[in-house]
Amino acid sequence: MMIDPLSVFLLLLSAATPILFAALGELVAERAGVLNLGVEGMMITGALAGFAAAHGTGNPFLGFLVAAVAGAAISLLFSALTQLFLANQVASGLALTLFGLGLTAMFGKPFEGVKAPAMPTGPLRINWIVWLGLIMVPLIWWFLNRSRAGLILRGVGENHDAAHALGYDVRLTRVTAVAFGGAMAGVGGAYVSIASVLQWTEGMTAGAGWIALAIVVFSNWTAPGVLAGAWLFGGVTVLQLRLQAAGVQVPVQLLSMAPYLATIIVLVLISARQKFSRRAGGAAPGSLGQNFHALR
Amino acid sequence: MTKGTNLTKAAVFRATGIGKSYPGVRANDDVSFAVAEGEIHALLGENGAGKSTLVKMIYGLVRPDQGQMWLGDAPHHPADPRAARAAGVAMVFQHFSLFDALTVAENIALGMENPPPRRELATRITQVSHDFGLPLNPSRRIVTLSAGERQRVEIIRCLLQNPRLLIMDEPTSVLTPQEAELLFATLRKLAARGTAILYISHKLDEIRSHCDRATILRHGRVVDSCDPRAHTARELAAMMVGSEMRLIDRTGRRAGDMVLRVENLSRSAPTAEGTALKGVNLTLRAGEILGIGGVAGNGQEELLAALSGEARSIPGSVTLEGRDLSALGPEPRREAGLLAAPEDRLGHAAVPDFSLTENTLLTAGARKGLVRRGLIDHAGARRYAESVISAFDVRIPGPGTAARALSGGNLQKFVIGREVMQAPRVLVVNQPTWGVDAGAAAAVRQSLLDLARKGAGVIVISQDLDELLELSDRFCALNEGRLSDPVPTEGLTLDRIGLMLGGAHGMEEARL
Repeated sequence: MMIDPLSVFLLLLSAATPILFAALGELVAERAGVLNLGVEGMMITGALAGFAAAHGTGNPFLGFLVAAVAGAAISLLFSALTQLFLANQVASGLALTLFGLGLTAMFGKPFEGVKAPAMPTGPLRINWIVWLGLIMVPLIWWFLNRSRAGLILRGVGENHDAAHALGYDVRLTRVTAVAFGGAMAGVGGAYVSIASVLQWTEGMTAGAGWIALAIVVFSNWTAPGVLAGAWLFGGVTVLQLRLQAAGVQVPVQLLSMAPYLATIIVLVLISARQKFSRRAGGAAPGSLGQNFHALR
Repeated sequence: MTKGTNLTKAAVFRATGIGKSYPGVRANDDVSFAVAEGEIHALLGENGAGKSTLVKMIYGLVRPDQGQMWLGDAPHHPADPRAARAAGVAMVFQHFSLFDALTVAENIALGMENPPPRRELATRITQVSHDFGLPLNPSRRIVTLSAGERQRVEIIRCLLQNPRLLIMDEPTSVLTPQEAELLFATLRKLAARGTAILYISHKLDEIRSHCDRATILRHGRVVDSCDPRAHTARELAAMMVGSEMRLIDRTGRRAGDMVLRVENLSRSAPTAEGTALKGVNLTLRAGEILGIGGVAGNGQEELLAALSGEARSIPGSVTLEGRDLSALGPEPRREAGLLAAPEDRLGHAAVPDFSLTENTLLTAGARKGLVRRGLIDHAGARRYAESVISAFDVRIPGPGTAARALSGGNLQKFVIGREVMQAPRVLVVNQPTWGVDAGAAAAVRQSLLDLARKGAGVIVISQDLDELLELSDRFCALNEGRLSDPVPTEGLTLDRIGLMLGGAHGMEEARL
């Protein structure tokens, strides 16, 4: 059995891309203090909306744009619930996931069995969206750690009362961050339907949103950590596909399970060591998952 | 810092007829006062007198319903804190408005309108903090700083903006006496440069020795304005409360046999932010009050947990009247007569959404016989809750009220009363009057003295040194999880206590 390392790496980049986008988006939202468990719902919405647009216009890039808009739009529903009506973030996020899955199952029927337009490839025969995902990693790192807006966003996520007392708009910051997370999840979902599977099937994101959520924690809320997590998941995915193709005598179900299992195990090992100690440096944002209400 | 020097002692800030209402509360009513250039102006009042609402309006966090404010000659009606900062108002908050996971420099940048680039900001922080004798390392994260150092961050953040008016909301409540002295030295330097300082506090001695003028608020109204140096603390208190303060009665107590012995009690830190207890020894006699002082975060919560039974310890470390309780949890310890009231009233001492009746059951169930064969005696629990409410003057509609709905002072009276009325052999309380107004605080302290008079041993853990001097017979300092040897309280001065607490953090460097 021959497995060429370079081709595996190129496939890994592709397999990691949906999760990379979704996790980077969720990273920004969580750094602003919002725990949005609706990543899976936003991804699947982006997958369908993007596929429909790409198929309708024949332009895959237009598809990704529409996916971003659709992901951001459905995230506004979550924002309205949690930021305006102060609903519980965990429950609202779960509802968003179920809503997205149900909605796309209904509206996706006409697109079943249809083929996606071809994706043009960029430098090194890697497609442009993979490149975009890789570029987003340093960009988001720079935004969070070096820019003024990123500092305000982290402040809002770390201590929303203090941010409010200093005159920053907690709600606006959070809605914007969640919308960005929605757009990123939408693009990630669209990558599955437009560039990876090349067709639409119901529930095709297959839990990638949940892995993205786990990776954000495992990354210790940093962009380079998210990249490492996404590559780990992508790497095991490619390996198990290769093993399946090579006809290894292991049940297919076990192999398909491997990427999820590997990611979770690494996550647990790392978190057990760090104990997410705030003193140790870098950890969960202080106001994560808490709703904010100002008395005026 | 250049400023018009022809206007010496001109009013930097004026307010006339300020009013603000919240549903059911008139927080401020027709408040007028002025702060002059270079003046340290005290805003004095009990909790709930409207001090915080007033300064929030000056800082743009809350908008007044009526009235006018001026900063210099320009009307001052900031839409938000950023507008207030741009106009020259800076504020140091009571509960620090800092971001724990961020660095000193990042925290300061968040409090500025147009922060310079990172390296330049770091240089300026180092320079300004050095000028004022408040050394700070810009790249340290806030979690690693002491309370005094955290306050330095807030002050430096204000100083970098060259404010015309600096507001300080109860700044000394978390500081050791030495740290407080350092703060006042800084404030005097600032005032000498012409900055007007609005200083909020209910500590009368502090105001008498450091402030030039005082405006006294009661129930949202200005009741008086005076030179605090010309009045005694007692007179100021009378203005603040509206009547003569009740004197604490310490008489009639006699030390009896030893009731509680703690020997070589150690415990590793329960969380990353917690403090380990290191070989704590203490003895307590019946009828005695032992005061344990120290700045929060030095092991107070951990000590209370080790005594209440929330945390177990090695055999022989906690002995009540000869019986080893070290391996027992809170409920058997309560039955044995060792009761505790933790610092965090809502969430630790009481369940926020439970009624007071239900909350009494949580600690008084066994000692008061309110649970029989696993079933709750509701009528009995209600009667006990009612008796606590009436004996401790808890002002609420009835025992069915949820704990969450009580004000801090009322809930504290209830929490202490619930334990005191169970007639414990030993009662351990942590911060019994934190955030409680003067009237309720006096009632709580008196109840602890009365309990001791009846022959119980009492341990009071507190950051309020005046309270410890007032109550306790012996005093120990808790510093980084170590408990000092006890000294008799009589003849003990605040300076001596400050030294026992380990002095101010980084004092030596600061005095260079």
